[in-house]
Amino acid sequence: MTFEPSERVAGVPPSGIRRFFEIAEEYDDIISLGVGEPDFAPPWAARDAAIASLERGQTSYTANRGMRELRERIAVDADEKYGLSYDPDEEVIVTSGASEAVDLAFRAFLDPGDSVAVAQPCYISYMPGVQFAGADVVDVPTRAADEFKLTREALEASGAAEADALVMCYPNNPTGATMTRAELEPVAAFAREHDLLVFSDEIYSELSYEHDHASIATLPGMRERTVVFNGFSKAYAMTGLRLGYALAPADAVDAMNRIHQYTMLSAPTTAQHAAVEALDSCGDEVREMRAQYDRRRNFVLSRFEEMGIDCFPAAGAFYAFPECPWADSDEFAEALIEEERVAVVPGNVFGAGGEGHLRVSYATSLGDLKEAMARIESFIT
Amino acid sequence: MSDREEILALLRENARYSTEDLARQTDLAPEEVEAVIEELETDGVIKGYQAVVDWEKVEPERVRAAVELNVTLDRETGYDDIAERLAKFPEVQGLRLVSGDFDFAMEVEGDSMSEVSRFISEQVAPVPEITQTVTHYIMESYKERGVEFGDGHDDDRLSISP
Repeated sequence: MTFEPSERVAGVPPSGIRRFFEIAEEYDDIISLGVGEPDFAPPWAARDAAIASLERGQTSYTANRGMRELRERIAVDADEKYGLSYDPDEEVIVTSGASEAVDLAFRAFLDPGDSVAVAQPCYISYMPGVQFAGADVVDVPTRAADEFKLTREALEASGAAEADALVMCYPNNPTGATMTRAELEPVAAFAREHDLLVFSDEIYSELSYEHDHASIATLPGMRERTVVFNGFSKAYAMTGLRLGYALAPADAVDAMNRIHQYTMLSAPTTAQHAAVEALDSCGDEVREMRAQYDRRRNFVLSRFEEMGIDCFPAAGAFYAFPECPWADSDEFAEALIEEERVAVVPGNVFGAGGEGHLRVSYATSLGDLKEAMARIESFIT
Repeated sequence: MSDREEILALLRENARYSTEDLARQTDLAPEEVEAVIEELETDGVIKGYQAVVDWEKVEPERVRAAVELNVTLDRETGYDDIAERLAKFPEVQGLRLVSGDFDFAMEVEGDSMSEVSRFISEQVAPVPEITQTVTHYIMESYKERGVEFGDGHDDDRLSISP
């Protein structure tokens, strides 16, 4: 008897970043621009709330859908910031990271044989997630020429009209692209016309530098067909506390909760207490972190411009996605680590349209960014 | 935030940012940055540029002390007069009038504890208005002017992550 992975697991290749992680681990003097998480610590008030909850011994399960107090605050926050109006009792579910929420949605609404259009380049978990649910991925590449925004043309050209659902993420990891409300309209129209469910990952919503974040769920006829994902990892630098949530119509949340209640049961209690405090009192820290990222973004973009490397003006998240100076981004990223001790992630690991680019995270101090950019410059000249 | 405030914040973060660095981070032209800095200097807003030094890493290590001073005033002598006299000593690196249990908080620097002690007993204590001195030698510095000391920042994030 041996442990043979199921066909679904065997059919999913190992993560493309794994190899680069292993290369980077060989060196201890690396400046890493390969990190997809904030370099800040969570606001003290949130940490204090987590500590206080532990001191009070609040470590039992919470309601499956999350503490009522937290769901209420999430609903208020989403309404005030993004105009998303959801009932905390029936239309909000708190999950262990936004990634769990994505997985729940895929498994709750996809059947074997279904197909899912995935706007790419994108967070590396969407495609495996769709496959684990037994469905097929339809690649929808976005282009640098369109500033990596999802367009109606891209959807039509990729055959997304035949799909059952669409996955999108703006502000985007890895490109830093954002979409305005006006730019989302043709996408929403396409989804309505072709009766697509929309899975909209908005985990970087607080990191939109040039315009207010717009959620596709606020467009006419979209609320009833959209699941919005968000969480506390990026805005509040709480990655390791693993706390996310989904907003969707009651039936959808009910279906997701059916999986959640048998698998995760409830999100970490300590993290939920931290999240309540984060929403209550940590707005200033979020604004300060955003201002810092914006400053770093301007620096990184201007340095690429000075080097003569094309990089579209990323307007969100904390990534720049410049063109790779070499034809093969894998080779470039590997040589850059080995020769200059700077880690970046090759664009091809993020799916269709990513090859020929590099993901450069600026969630790192300005001092390190300055040094890393100087090393990149000396590497390419 | 105004251009002046923004440049001031950046220079407080790192006074060695080049004009180009500042221009990039503020979206101003280099000439505009230079003009704002000149104005800040002329107006006396920026009084100087100094390094923040971790003396424990310097040989020989400098000895520093925080000294509390109590004074009595009379009709001829005010706080400013006493401060003016004390501030002239090169050993005095900082001098502030403070509220609370004592009057002045003074920062003194020297090559050894005996040198600092001698300075306090021979130069400061004899000042007629000074009624009491309490010297606290600084054993360890954890943060100065916004800069945290220690062995650099420990970034325990994975080098590559999704």
